[in-house]
Amino acid sequence: MTTVEERPAREANPSATAADRPIGFGRIQRKEDPRFVRGKGNYLDDIVLPGMLHGAILRSPMAHGRIVSIDTTEALAHPKVHAVITGTDLEGLNLAWAPTLSADVQAVLATDKVRFQGQEVAFVVAEDRYSARDALELIDVEYEQLDPVIDVRRALDPGAPVVRTDLEGRTDNHIFDWEAGDAAETDAVFAAADVVVKQEMVYPRVHPAPMETCGAIADYEPIDGKLTLYETTQAPHAHRTLFAMVAGIPEHKIRVISPDIGGGFGNKVGIYPGYILAVVGSIVTGKPVKWVEDRSENLMSTSFARDYIMTGEVAATRDGKILAVRTNVLADHGAFNATAQPTKYPAGFFHIFTGSYDLQAAHCKVTGVYTNKAPGGVAYACSFRVTEAVYLVERMVDVLASELGMDPVELRLKNFIKPEQFPYANKTGWEYDSGDYEPTMRLAMQIAGYEDLRREQAEKRARGELMGIGISFFTETVGAGPRKHMDIVGLGMADGAEVRVHPTGKAVVRLSVQSQGQGHETTFAQIVAEELGIPPEDIDVVHGDTDNTPFGLGTYGSRSTPVSGAAVALTSRKVRDKARLIAAAMLETRPEDLEWEKGRWFVKGDPGAGKTIAEIALGAHGTVALPEGVDGNLDAEVTYDPPNLTFPFGAYICVVDIDKGTGKVHVRRFVAVDDCGTRINPMIIEGQIHGGLADGVGMALMEFIGFDEDGNCLGGSFMDYLIPTAMEVPDWETGHTVTPSPHHPIGAKGIGESATVGSPPAVVNAVVDALAPFGLTHMDMPCTPARVWEAMQGRPTPPI
Amino acid sequence: MQVPAPFDYVRATSVANALELLERHGPEARVIAGGHSLLPMMKLRLARPDWIIDINDVAELHALTEEPDELRVGALTRHAELLDSDVVGRLFPIIHDAERVIADPVVRNRGTIGGSLGQADPAEDLTTVCDVLHARIVIASPGGERVVDMADFHRGPYETACEQHELITEIRFPVRPRAGSAYEKVERRVGDWAVAAAGAALWMAEDGTVADATIGLTALGLEGPAVEAAAVLIGERPSEDLFAEAADLAAAASSPIEDQRGPVDYKRHLAAELTRRVLGRALDRAAHPAVA
Repeated sequence: MTTVEERPAREANPSATAADRPIGFGRIQRKEDPRFVRGKGNYLDDIVLPGMLHGAILRSPMAHGRIVSIDTTEALAHPKVHAVITGTDLEGLNLAWAPTLSADVQAVLATDKVRFQGQEVAFVVAEDRYSARDALELIDVEYEQLDPVIDVRRALDPGAPVVRTDLEGRTDNHIFDWEAGDAAETDAVFAAADVVVKQEMVYPRVHPAPMETCGAIADYEPIDGKLTLYETTQAPHAHRTLFAMVAGIPEHKIRVISPDIGGGFGNKVGIYPGYILAVVGSIVTGKPVKWVEDRSENLMSTSFARDYIMTGEVAATRDGKILAVRTNVLADHGAFNATAQPTKYPAGFFHIFTGSYDLQAAHCKVTGVYTNKAPGGVAYACSFRVTEAVYLVERMVDVLASELGMDPVELRLKNFIKPEQFPYANKTGWEYDSGDYEPTMRLAMQIAGYEDLRREQAEKRARGELMGIGISFFTETVGAGPRKHMDIVGLGMADGAEVRVHPTGKAVVRLSVQSQGQGHETTFAQIVAEELGIPPEDIDVVHGDTDNTPFGLGTYGSRSTPVSGAAVALTSRKVRDKARLIAAAMLETRPEDLEWEKGRWFVKGDPGAGKTIAEIALGAHGTVALPEGVDGNLDAEVTYDPPNLTFPFGAYICVVDIDKGTGKVHVRRFVAVDDCGTRINPMIIEGQIHGGLADGVGMALMEFIGFDEDGNCLGGSFMDYLIPTAMEVPDWETGHTVTPSPHHPIGAKGIGESATVGSPPAVVNAVVDALAPFGLTHMDMPCTPARVWEAMQGRPTPPI
Repeated sequence: MQVPAPFDYVRATSVANALELLERHGPEARVIAGGHSLLPMMKLRLARPDWIIDINDVAELHALTEEPDELRVGALTRHAELLDSDVVGRLFPIIHDAERVIADPVVRNRGTIGGSLGQADPAEDLTTVCDVLHARIVIASPGGERVVDMADFHRGPYETACEQHELITEIRFPVRPRAGSAYEKVERRVGDWAVAAAGAALWMAEDGTVADATIGLTALGLEGPAVEAAAVLIGERPSEDLFAEAADLAAAASSPIEDQRGPVDYKRHLAAELTRRVLGRALDRAAHPAVA
């Protein structure tokens, strides 16, 4: 079922009284915001433990070099320094190298070579942050500079310097080749097609740049051997298990606490050397050790995103029926293969690059390589490379539209998967759960006034002005994932939830996922409220502490609502089922004679005879004679293994004006119509969309981590790595359709990354559309004034 | 958090006291006003002064005085104050044009005109503005004060006539009739340093010809005004062709370098494009002066 609404049914009403607020789904203000707007959030760097010391990391000044010697004598002599740790010290503890999330290893502190500028070389623990930083300058490291591998296109050349000499038998920089789809079938369709278009495009290296950088406080208690680790992490439970595996500390002795997190976007999924070093520092000094990276450290050394060079091809008929897509990708993974993704999928979910279209064939091949750059790859709200996939297909469809002389909306409408084709098995192995694309596209056109915009554009073109209209229609695959297909380092991608209803009818729900600003404390309370009829304000949401929450893999890839949301709904239903048994006992009737209305079981045909959840909770904990096998509580727990992923989609339209004299792009309008299935809190959804759209405009127009030929990072501060401000983004115009997921308990699909995924192609398509009078059919991001002007001169250049 | 190397800190109470402190603490002392250039460099440990002499309490540096023939601006005047000043906007609209695109409100609330000129960053906007307006800079020394022209004051990137033991105290902008001025910058994003910028001022004769003109460029590798470009305007009646000729000469006078903000030919193109635009707007403003 798809419903189309132009405007949210219920507008935010901050002054609404408790009686007006929805008990369940609807627009309510975020429960967590009072502490944030009053400056009472509790972020990692707010935490001060008694006797706490401070760590700082000495980093490599060069991209590739052999370590000849490290002299720490002077640093150790600094009066406030407690410890200086080098790679050699870690080798003694078998901790110099740590496993990555992609079956590789990563240096915690460099022992043999440094492999990217900013790599961790030594760790100082001192009484304060200033002294720790001062002592870094007292460490004398002698390097022998080596030729670096910077140009990813040359990484596989015979004779290229080998980055990973640490790996036995390694003679080149090749990490993997990975394919999806049927190459032969695809080639056959291409060979017979009327029209084939081809375009190389770069999705450049960008960075999530969360407002709060990464950090950790390790507090190792030597007497009972317990490690309390405060971390900026999106996945506290996975970290606990990994620390047990890496550091050899028994898992029951590790408690990971993830306090308020100031933005993650995938940047806070992995385990960084700094976290491990804080633990080592605490064990060595016997005191808590805090390490918080600075902005440059965050930008230069932590998980970047993208860095894909993609050659896309589309085969079609002359009248605009898309037949097949294929692509070859060169993926720069940096010095260590440290991307975070399900084990079977080294290129993440890139094989969703078939987009929203009904195709006869598809094939992709991705080659991952090492270079002398920071490791990472999957980060920045990308749903495991869905971002790259959507950019590729949505850019290619525009290239085809240009070749065919067709309107890009018309071309898309002609090729959409039809509603009756769902569940839809695409050509690379996905089963799209549900979709009804045309109404979503049409709603976006209606909000934008698409025909009028095209008329205005024609008039402006006649006057020599540059105006562009860009379309993107994306389908994501999120909510990883079924345990039969997906794991991360052997851990199934399930999430747990636990609901307890207290005797007075108030409740607590405990989650394995961790918010980085998404509003979990509200959304998950609303799910319980919807299922049990307890008002959201009476439900406490506990997360971010492994000692107080059930196990699960955490928040990334838009999986909190698809996975944990399902867990919470099912847990609540278990509570409801149990409440029925207890209510029947209280009402002296049979459970099957009871009927549920939100918050209350009552006797069928006798609505006056019933018990509310609060009454049932008191009964459960009280003196009611409980039926056999029913415990005296109103609690339940579920670990949810999703049967499939969910497939949110949306239609985006961007309008840009370009200053012909300067090349400056002005995003005038942006229309976003999203379909994330059932909408739990429309206000939170809109907030997620607004943020993601700003991310997308940033990537399309300005964000870029570049390197010079020596491998020096050119995006190591916010002076060089530009993120958009309120001045660069328009007032967002949002709308929505609702096509619930058929396999999700409440039909929700996840919204966290839709806008980040869907918006960059809309902006770039608009820029290219504006520049069509110059004969342009493609330009790469970022569309900075200079790069746009170069494109106008007939020389669009790739950023790398 | 980026943390600076160790330093000592003292607050000056007057210009004389600041000069005395500079003398006392020697060559590794630095004056701090708004701090938006010095502090980031200290946090990155690119600057490592032994002493910071804070002049924010020196009230005598904090004044904006309109005289019949000049506007006197204390060195400690904040960007935000220049932007808020109606007098500044009426007499020198170029200052408001530039201030609107200098960094962001947070920086503008703290950063000062004296600090900007003293820092002399090659992508700094107010140096160009002061060039264009023929500003004169007052520098206090232990022996007294001197007043220097921009040509003598600004010696190149990060280099000015203000010596280590001296202090910039005031900027004086001459007021002349029938004036118009404008500034335009291209930046990759609000708050970014300029990709390129241009400023121009025109002083018209009563007969409608250009009596005097200056053109300045920012981040385009030209020190001081584009003299030849301005010269073609003087004595002429303004026209699009005339401005285009001046714009081309300004571009020819520029010597930009390629960097992440763009290639040389783009920046040279901007020199011409922006010069043409600011000349047009300066003329318009000279013809239609803002009413106080």
